[in-house]
Amino acid sequence: MPILKVEHVKKSFGNLNVLKDISFELNAGEVLSIIGPSGSGKSTLLRCITQLETIDGGLVQVDGKDMVLPGEKGAPVKYAPAKVLREIRLSTGLVFQNFNLFPHLTVLQNLCLAPVRVLGVSREQARETGRSLLKRMGLEGKEKAYPCELSGGQQQRVSIARALAMNPKILFFDEPTSALDPELTGEVLKIIKKLAEDKMTMVIVTHEMAFARDVADKVIFMDGGYIVEQGTPDFVFNQSGNERLSQFLSRFSKN
Amino acid sequence: MSDLSSLLPILWGGFCTTLAIFGLTLLFSIPLGLLVAVLKMSKWCVVRYPVSFYISVMRGTPLLLQIVAIYFGSYYLSEYSGLGFSFDRFPAVIVAFSINYAAYFAEIFRGGIQSIPKGQYEAAYMLGMTRTQTFFRIILPQVVKRVVPASANEVITLVKDTSLAQVIAVTELFALAKKQQAAYASIYPLFVAGVFYYVANLLLSVLFAYLERKLNYYK
Repeated sequence: MPILKVEHVKKSFGNLNVLKDISFELNAGEVLSIIGPSGSGKSTLLRCITQLETIDGGLVQVDGKDMVLPGEKGAPVKYAPAKVLREIRLSTGLVFQNFNLFPHLTVLQNLCLAPVRVLGVSREQARETGRSLLKRMGLEGKEKAYPCELSGGQQQRVSIARALAMNPKILFFDEPTSALDPELTGEVLKIIKKLAEDKMTMVIVTHEMAFARDVADKVIFMDGGYIVEQGTPDFVFNQSGNERLSQFLSRFSKN
Repeated sequence: MSDLSSLLPILWGGFCTTLAIFGLTLLFSIPLGLLVAVLKMSKWCVVRYPVSFYISVMRGTPLLLQIVAIYFGSYYLSEYSGLGFSFDRFPAVIVAFSINYAAYFAEIFRGGIQSIPKGQYEAAYMLGMTRTQTFFRIILPQVVKRVVPASANEVITLVKDTSLAQVIAVTELFALAKKQQAAYASIYPLFVAGVFYYVANLLLSVLFAYLERKLNYYK
């Protein structure tokens, strides 16, 4: 059974149809990369699955729980009760493009706040977990630093650690390196690759094509609110004859 | 200078009343202002509209008039309705100042709350935090830092506004200084009162500068 199931999802902002008919599945332990031109709906799709936006049609299932079901015969979609939605939210983590760390808290406080206040983990336990996560992220000794004292790459690694501290079953990344310069991009991608090796289930919206190809078990190419192509990295990057996809990819290989 | 030794104790007594008005007004108007700010951002217009009206009246009419209205208004209301409740002078001043300053603080706090990026709410939401937790642990601490400079302005104005209490014969610093001015037939007591106000505000400015520096541990 897939850990994430998305079927015929539709989303519009006013008259603008951002997601037209999106369906895909993801199994536990797999990594999915979502690529596509700007405005193709990649980020919106991620925000819909993580409940930051509501969908207008279709079905989303996370970890075997129905998050939202289609309404019958043209009726609006039916979201699960608040309690279930919260459970689902706690089993998913999101890493934002611009980090969204809490600037008034230290790195370690950023990591401990939610585990202590939301999950009820003891303070000592949360600190211990936080420290070991920072070690995994290569951020030892930064516990007491404030986010503004860190480089962009370090901040993004803290925000990955913050998401991991909640022990999510699926981790979503919304263009995690788009706010970073190329030098800092590498250190964040390295961390995500390590997570993939540890069999963390991840969905990554990215413009880093080489990374998307190397890290993913599955790649989705979106354009104009549709999934134009999906499959293994080898299929999407090398074998698919789709015209829009090859146009898109050729722009990247030129640089 | 023998004048000063008899004048100072009198003015000091008035200054204590001034400080009481100042302290009690802050004590009530800051929490009330926070509440009003939150209510003004309510999604329900039955809450939002009356709150907007309250703010516009408080900011649109003189504080002097509001003090008079609370004091005499409550007096006449109690006379004619037979409820038997009216404010004494000092409580009337505190009520008028508190609801007036709450309106100003509310607008400062609202600006502060709305200046916090949406991403902070989204990050807290994704971590499973409740709305109350998000407000008190994530948003409010950041708002405090942003509203300190604007609030300092209000607080310093409040020190000087306390002199309006004399309109209903509360014997604060300025009222007493004026009495002494008549007794001494000299402007000198008023000048001394001015020094009191100035020193108080000087101390407050130092305090706020310190507070701003203290809150500068993050950007």
